[in-house]
Amino acid sequence: MKLDVDVKKLLGAVDVPADWVGIREVYEAHTPRMIRDGVPVVNASSATHGIMVEVLVNGQFGYFGTPDMTPSGISKAARSAFKQAEIASKHAVFEFDQSARPAHKGTFTSPFIKDRNSLSAGNLNEILLEAYNHLKVSDKIVSASTLCQVIESNFKFVSSNGSDIHQDFLMFEFDLSATAADGSNQQTRTFGGMRGTCRQMGMEYFDKYEIYANATRIGEQAIELLDADDCPTGEMDLVIAPDQMMLQIHESIGHALEVDRILGDERNYAGWSFVKLEDFGTLKYGSDLMNITFDPTLESEYASYAYDDGGLKATKEHLIKDGVLVRGLGGQESQIRSGLEGVANFRASSWNRAPIDRMANINLEPGSLSFDQLIAEVEYGVYVESNKSWSIDDYRNKFQFGCEYGRLIENGKLTKTLKNPNYRGVSTPFWNSLKGVGNEETFGIYGTPNCGKGEPNQVIRVGHASPACLFDKIQVFGGV
Amino acid sequence: MEQIFNNLSESLFSDLKKGEEVILSFSGENSQFIRFNNGSVRQTGLVDDAEIELKFISNGRICGGGFTVSGNLDVDLKRGRQEILRMRQESSQIPIDPFLVLPTNSGSSHEVKKSDGLKFENSVDAILPAMAGVDFVGILANGKMFRGNANSVGQKHWFETDSYSLDYSLVTPDHQMVKGSFSGTDWDQKGYEEYVERSKRKLVLMERKPIQMKTGDYRTWFESAAVSDFLGMFSWNGISEASLRQGCSGFGKMRHNDTRLSPKFSIVEDFSPGFCPKFNSDGEVAPNSLALIENGMLKNTLVSSRSAKEYGLSSNYAESGEYLRSPKMSTGTLSHDDVVKTLDKGLFLSNIHYLNWSDNPGGRITGLTRYACFWVEGGEIVAPIETMRFDDSFYRFFGDQLVDVEDSQTVNPEVGTYGGRSLGATTCPGILVDSFSLTL
Repeated sequence: MKLDVDVKKLLGAVDVPADWVGIREVYEAHTPRMIRDGVPVVNASSATHGIMVEVLVNGQFGYFGTPDMTPSGISKAARSAFKQAEIASKHAVFEFDQSARPAHKGTFTSPFIKDRNSLSAGNLNEILLEAYNHLKVSDKIVSASTLCQVIESNFKFVSSNGSDIHQDFLMFEFDLSATAADGSNQQTRTFGGMRGTCRQMGMEYFDKYEIYANATRIGEQAIELLDADDCPTGEMDLVIAPDQMMLQIHESIGHALEVDRILGDERNYAGWSFVKLEDFGTLKYGSDLMNITFDPTLESEYASYAYDDGGLKATKEHLIKDGVLVRGLGGQESQIRSGLEGVANFRASSWNRAPIDRMANINLEPGSLSFDQLIAEVEYGVYVESNKSWSIDDYRNKFQFGCEYGRLIENGKLTKTLKNPNYRGVSTPFWNSLKGVGNEETFGIYGTPNCGKGEPNQVIRVGHASPACLFDKIQVFGGV
Repeated sequence: MEQIFNNLSESLFSDLKKGEEVILSFSGENSQFIRFNNGSVRQTGLVDDAEIELKFISNGRICGGGFTVSGNLDVDLKRGRQEILRMRQESSQIPIDPFLVLPTNSGSSHEVKKSDGLKFENSVDAILPAMAGVDFVGILANGKMFRGNANSVGQKHWFETDSYSLDYSLVTPDHQMVKGSFSGTDWDQKGYEEYVERSKRKLVLMERKPIQMKTGDYRTWFESAAVSDFLGMFSWNGISEASLRQGCSGFGKMRHNDTRLSPKFSIVEDFSPGFCPKFNSDGEVAPNSLALIENGMLKNTLVSSRSAKEYGLSSNYAESGEYLRSPKMSTGTLSHDDVVKTLDKGLFLSNIHYLNWSDNPGGRITGLTRYACFWVEGGEIVAPIETMRFDDSFYRFFGDQLVDVEDSQTVNPEVGTYGGRSLGATTCPGILVDSFSLTL
């Protein structure tokens, strides 16, 4: 049951002498459904609903996240937030003013054709169960699962300086997974890596025939991997599919460009960054083929929106242009602290967490080569799809990724299937080795629901879209 | 909070029809979060949060529901009743679950830990003076946490604790860092100040010029915090029976090939210290102690009641995710005072970072060094090292390469705050390993 809350009335209930007051209401309902090994393991729906009251006192923000959305509850929350801010203001990292929360009015609604009620719980279970049957192509598939999670989120933000924003989101996450095993030889194949298939759209996504075809392919590829050769070890060309480019962009560009990290806020948890404030405008991050954008406008991408959680209007901006670092991922607070230009990326995971600098949609713009042309460029190398392992250091330099599925490339042609393809590198040398960027036909839209950061910790949704890309002389290796 | 939990559970259970059962799980907190950077306050605030998760069982089907608890009984009862109605309707549409577990009444429990904690209004002044003169960054999480579970056949559990944790880093001008984590229930200002002083003394070592290591294999000492991170990987496609059965566990070699770890390696799930409730989200109570790996041999996996039913086993009342909640690793013979001397030449790693399976069936884990990590030569600490990537198998560093285990354990509290503040801790010693592989 969703309570109807009048946030403007609640703003009027705040009775503390703060320099600025903001009220952010978040309602979010998650409805996951999962079939594993032929039986339902999850059919659930849960909702969170609450308000964050934020006040500015003597240059310091203080907050109170509360599920009590009555005028008296908000008044009490504001008084406690005021006291927190007042005490902390004597020791503040930075003295802010109202310009940290610019006033905007507007709305946003996710684009969709079929709303969430157009598919019943029964219909979705039938599709997921039949998809499971298509995954189970052999007795060697020891486990298979199908998953769909629908997410509805409503966001309202009003403030004492006139912000009035209302955004409604409809999203889903979808996965197909098959594990083939022969003793301790185990191989798993999924639909786009670790929950990589997540979009902002309606139930029109669920074309059951396309889903069943993909399920059959995934099951067959899991079996194929069992008997495949291990990935070779050595320095070689590497072609990366969009569902792995997603995480490559995320870890070695997105996090590195978060301005709050560069300012040191995250040093105790997520880490710092090799990027320094003085690098913007000068650092050659990658080759001339590299164009990275912050794009909250791409339709159906997972983290599209019109305003961030501080009320800043979101627009598409280049972060890296022709290989040169031009702009950071800093919201209004970070822009004021650093003096850098930024983007509208001040985001919170829910009503019970304060916004910080986050990724949203961070994309690699398409180039000119078809997939066949990318492969034709390679004399000897590896093509990889779908992430299964990821790790990078606290400065976002030394990364290592593992993928589900590989193909050997010999003399410009894809040849045999490879299992356990892994690669490692260091961020800027890696991106400077980018020597081929796929065209729009190779472009894939993915994302992740599980980007973790912040103290207290916050997990947030991000989107990443990319063409297939070719890299020169990368350290590639296989399994044990 | 307990009164809200009692009122809601009793009212919602009274609405059930014949043949319907409900398991209700409650989680809440009244928390203060203060975030520090550069020895000052970056963000400060309070969060009151509570949620109820429901499992509705009827006619061989199970549905889940959940909602935020506002604290207003009328509002919360309406939310709860609407959830029951929704799940009742949905349970007629979904397939039968042959492995659903019905609730039982195996006895109730009540545990409330009172303490003399850190008052919210005193936190900043209690913490910052001791950090004067150093670049201090981190998070204070402070306040009450609640967990409850009740079911429609009369079982009820309640767990309440009041605690704080200051998880922090101290940073040198050259960006070398020392990690600290001061946590507990009763606030001890003198104890806190002494703890910070020890961190500051360690920071002095970090002022030496860092060494860039070459890739290769090194004799290595892992402090307890680093061992705790390795043990954390057992909770993710490791010790879970379901993971093993579904072909995605790094423990496959132990199960299928009778591969053993070192006889010096033993680990149990041990609830006796009370770091977290013994009951799980289904209200089932775990045994006080469960041997998992004994002298290198896999004795038990974590088995939830659902896995038990699905695979024809006995449950040891693990959480549905079959992860470790309160693991304890056995001690060995090496005194911490003798570690550097016994290491002689090699790596001294205080903390590690961003672990992931690089080859799950092979038990291979990749990650990075972080914080106070040193090169040791001639039984002396020489200098800190630059960040290095490692990639090695736990079948080696907990297996044939394990030289010795520390003779005492450290409690490494769970300080995660995703969704809400976590409970639990990993109790483990440090380990000395003869060969450990740095790769980048």
